[in-house]
Amino acid sequence: MKKKMTKGSAMILSALQKEGVDTIFGYPGGAVLPLYDSLYDSPLRHVLVRHEQAAVHAADGYARVTGKPGVVFATSGPGATNLVTGIANAYMDSVPLVLITGQVPSSFIGTDAFQEADITGITLPVTKHNYLVKNAKQLPSILSEAFYLASTGRRGPVLIDVPKDVFDQEAHFEYSVECEIPGYNPTYNGHAGQISRAIKAIRDANKPVIFGGGGLIRSGASDALKELAEKARIPVILSLMGLGAYPGDRDLFLGMPGMHGSITANYALSEADLIVATGVRFDDRVTGKLDSFANNARIVHIDIDPAEIGKNVKIDVPIVGDVKTVLEAILKKLHPGDTTGWLEQIENWQQQNPMPGAFKGTGSTVKPQYVIRELSRLCGDNSVVATDVGQHQMWTAQHFIIREPQTFITSGGLGTMGYGFPASIGAKIAAPGKRVVCITGDGSFQMNIQELATAVNNRLDITIAIINNSYLGMVRQWQDIFYDKRYAHPLLEGNPDFVRLAEAFGAKGMRARNEQEATEAIEQAIGEKGPVVIDFVVEPEENVYPMVAPNRPINDIIIGGDRS
Amino acid sequence: MKHVLAVLVEDKPGVLTRVAGLFSRRGFNIDNIAVGETVSPGISRMTITVEGSETIVEQVVKQLHKLVNVIKVSNLSDEPSVMRELMLIKVNAEVGSRSDIQQIVETFRGKVVDVSPDSMIIEVTGNEDKMEAIKLLLQHHGIKEIVRTGKVALLRGSRITREHQ
Repeated sequence: MKKKMTKGSAMILSALQKEGVDTIFGYPGGAVLPLYDSLYDSPLRHVLVRHEQAAVHAADGYARVTGKPGVVFATSGPGATNLVTGIANAYMDSVPLVLITGQVPSSFIGTDAFQEADITGITLPVTKHNYLVKNAKQLPSILSEAFYLASTGRRGPVLIDVPKDVFDQEAHFEYSVECEIPGYNPTYNGHAGQISRAIKAIRDANKPVIFGGGGLIRSGASDALKELAEKARIPVILSLMGLGAYPGDRDLFLGMPGMHGSITANYALSEADLIVATGVRFDDRVTGKLDSFANNARIVHIDIDPAEIGKNVKIDVPIVGDVKTVLEAILKKLHPGDTTGWLEQIENWQQQNPMPGAFKGTGSTVKPQYVIRELSRLCGDNSVVATDVGQHQMWTAQHFIIREPQTFITSGGLGTMGYGFPASIGAKIAAPGKRVVCITGDGSFQMNIQELATAVNNRLDITIAIINNSYLGMVRQWQDIFYDKRYAHPLLEGNPDFVRLAEAFGAKGMRARNEQEATEAIEQAIGEKGPVVIDFVVEPEENVYPMVAPNRPINDIIIGGDRS
Repeated sequence: MKHVLAVLVEDKPGVLTRVAGLFSRRGFNIDNIAVGETVSPGISRMTITVEGSETIVEQVVKQLHKLVNVIKVSNLSDEPSVMRELMLIKVNAEVGSRSDIQQIVETFRGKVVDVSPDSMIIEVTGNEDKMEAIKLLLQHHGIKEIVRTGKVALLRGSRITREHQ
């Protein structure tokens, strides 16, 4: 019997459906025309962005909210190179993505053909793995491997580059979601002996803290974390990537550590005798000066990626494994120690160093922190917050109360300005029932502002809050503190009128210049349909505090700011 | 300290680039690298000599493991092993100096593999010390060109480095 033959492009769409994909973020072009031609008849939803970088960020936002791989289509050459920042961003934050790029036809590869770029070469350092497909026969196994790699172990982006002629080639299509890769065997269960050592360390500790990160969220370890913290009465510190893994309004939560972390979190890490590090990678923004980081502590480090253990900080109890699986194993034999005295000490720190006060404007002005606190108060529980990068991002991390995992979407590792707005589009598509707020800056927003068209076109109810100080605020802050106020080009002169710009795109625009207007604008915006841009004109020279200067010990804190 | 790593990889396009790229972007130094086939079809073996402290080499090994095409990484410096390198040396050899060169070559159990009116090519196999020693002795004759394969290594005894354990 003759085997049924399938075209390469049809194989790709069929594989996506078998992998449970419902939405593709993309932008067509010459080399992917055959793929888009097949998509014409497919039930898969395609979201047309206005720049390929936004397609990756949107797929990334989608993946962070759902936990499933986000999928991107783009064409060869510039289409593919426009993806690179988004891929690097996803790689740094371990976000599962499958990206399919068109390539010039096989016979043209290597000839500097029109719209040719070596995208597998270019993305080698920023993908978990990538493939250049040689013929359609390879497609089923490559697609299956790509989804498997992206969504298991330490998550990450996987790119598949497909020459135009391969989309049209026919081959036998048999697809299996399961696959085996000889060089890829992630460890999920922690080593039993090390788990026993961790349990003993927790029992013996007098001053323990749990320090958790994005790994908690990727592994779905939130409930296990809550149980561990509350049974053993251990305070919780979460990195920027970990926010939401533990409710931000519970007593045991001490906030984010590091450069703009809470004073108590930094003191607690510095004084602790045990750090239970879960799904974190001891980034320099967290540790400050490495030689003086957590000198009094033994460190238990649980992570799915063995290369993160011992990379920056010396570890006493290394546990390679899935954070949730390992925490559950620890919980089975947990012996809580006595942390009463330690919790009293922490409460004293909290009373002596409250997060700076009410952030009152002058009456005719409004402070950025006030806006974020109001957004937090008024948007409530059923919301997802996406941020861009800079001062507003740090203020959101400090002042917006995040209660649930997968509801705080931010570019942590790469720090990509322009990430937040397209990510919020992906988040809204992933969770249409949730209220989605994008907190951005006037600098960041303009890096992917064209996506207003995508949001309007897809009728997405997103509240876009621009914390507008007419500066690249974080750049200006560093120039203020470390460069003697020599403001070399952080001033965004010539900003557009964001209200009229929003209206030109067919979105709603509002402006708020004082506290009353701010509160009213938020109240009005969250009831609106479609995207709403609120231009919060805030006090321009407000700095983010507390602050630890780079490469200083994290208990050497610049308090600064408004203490009222 | 120098470490010799045996790295078993899938014989797929770009795998050498992936390994080399990893070393350069993470700031690790490759002293030398030798690549060739193994007894298992589809699997190649790289022998990589890397300079660095224990901590750095541990990180190199872990990062290599993260490459999907890398199947196994062993640090042969931790174990008794045989390490060899092959070097070809083209040296000036006027009629009057040939017997001296011959003697040096014999002492090092090398071979003369090509002779021309004014030069010779010498083949020598061994460890790094031996290479350096013969280079030193031949220097005053005038070394015109050198090529080396990079180190290859096998564990001593019947144990083997293989893809499945």
